Amino acid sequence: MAGSTPTVSEYITHHLTNLTFGKLPGGYERVDGTLVGPDGAWVMASGAEEASAMGFYAIHVDSMMWSIGLGIIFCWIFRSVARKAEAGVPSGLVNAVEMIVEFVDNTVRDTFHGHNKLVAPLALTVFVWVLLMNLMDLVPIDLVPKILEWTFGIHFQKIVPSTDPNITLGMAVGVFILMLYYSVKVKGFGFVKELTMTPFNHWAFIPVNLFMEVVGLLAKPFSLGLRLFGNLYAGEMIFILIAALFSAGALWMVPAGLLQVAWGIFHLLVIPLQAFIFMVLTVVYLSMAHEDH
Amino acid sequence: MNINLTLIGQMIAFVCFVMFCMKYVWPPLLAAMAEREKKIADGLAAADRASHDLELAQEKAVERLKEAKHEAAGIVDAANKRSAQLVEEAKQAAIVEADRVKAAAQAEIEQETNRAKEHLRGQVAALALAGAEKVLGATIDPKAHTELVDKLASEL
Repeated sequence: MAGSTPTVSEYITHHLTNLTFGKLPGGYERVDGTLVGPDGAWVMASGAEEASAMGFYAIHVDSMMWSIGLGIIFCWIFRSVARKAEAGVPSGLVNAVEMIVEFVDNTVRDTFHGHNKLVAPLALTVFVWVLLMNLMDLVPIDLVPKILEWTFGIHFQKIVPSTDPNITLGMAVGVFILMLYYSVKVKGFGFVKELTMTPFNHWAFIPVNLFMEVVGLLAKPFSLGLRLFGNLYAGEMIFILIAALFSAGALWMVPAGLLQVAWGIFHLLVIPLQAFIFMVLTVVYLSMAHEDH
Repeated sequence: MNINLTLIGQMIAFVCFVMFCMKYVWPPLLAAMAEREKKIADGLAAADRASHDLELAQEKAVERLKEAKHEAAGIVDAANKRSAQLVEEAKQAAIVEADRVKAAAQAEIEQETNRAKEHLRGQVAALALAGAEKVLGATIDPKAHTELVDKLASEL
């Protein structure tokens, strides 16, 4: 899509396509006309069609890089503060970090009543990491992709990892696995009983109960991951549409600019809110996994 | 928007970051914060204690001051009394001295008077003799009339 001026729908599709590295199936005809060998080939996808043809064996390089990069920034900042932290008078960054830690600690204390050393650090990681990923949404939509295109010739770049369902669902599945682990560990056989004997406490209802409970259980990670994805994806979509509006003519510059600012300000509320919701629900789900009825 | 290996990659990254946070971030931060909390609590307690001590000290100081004032008043009183006594004593001594001086002066005056009287008496005798001589026109032998004259002089 580089070179000629893209249409609006091309522009939008371009912004919604991840930089994908994956395995094209054997016999697939690539955009440039070459055929993939019978064993398939690991290549960079040249567009949305190739990326979807790769199926499961593909990785979103941009999402992964930004996600891990932001995670490392989180670890680096917090670790350097943790190393400096002492009982004396805190200042600057230490203060800010301690505020976040105290906030997370209080939230966990209020919500989670079991004894588990994992939950609080998990909540902190989730909160700060998701917050950082969401914050990438405020970076002007074309800035990073254009720079990368001009300097390295990289055509696709989605810099907001939380607009990638793989990222949000990846974390949600991680939380789900922890939920299952602690449910079995804390409740033991009680977990099976919870799945089969509630809400109707009669053996004849076991299939019905099982169906309802399993659906309820599976709904938790899905809603957790999809909520974050949906909110951020919608937010990014609006940013892309506003950016597309800039190209609609000089007359649209001022309203588009105003819209950009207004949506940015509104999004400032969405960003920490979604991070907070993700953290709280993670803690709540783990708390439910620890509660024996 | 395909579900693919990114999901697995994110899960692995998630686990790594959570473990890092659990091991190297959370415990030292919380320990530092707890320690500071304790320090602040200790500081506040110490401040409380200090203010209590201050109150006690102030009370004590006020009491001491009162005592000192009382003592000072006593000392001033005693001094006043003593000075009054001294003045009184001095007055008494002065009166005694004055009396004594007066008595001495009086005695001297009396003595002087007596002496003057003696002298006058002698003179009067001589005068009387001279007068008598003039009257009688003859010399009176003073030796013959000494007795008479002396008698006369003593009668004066």
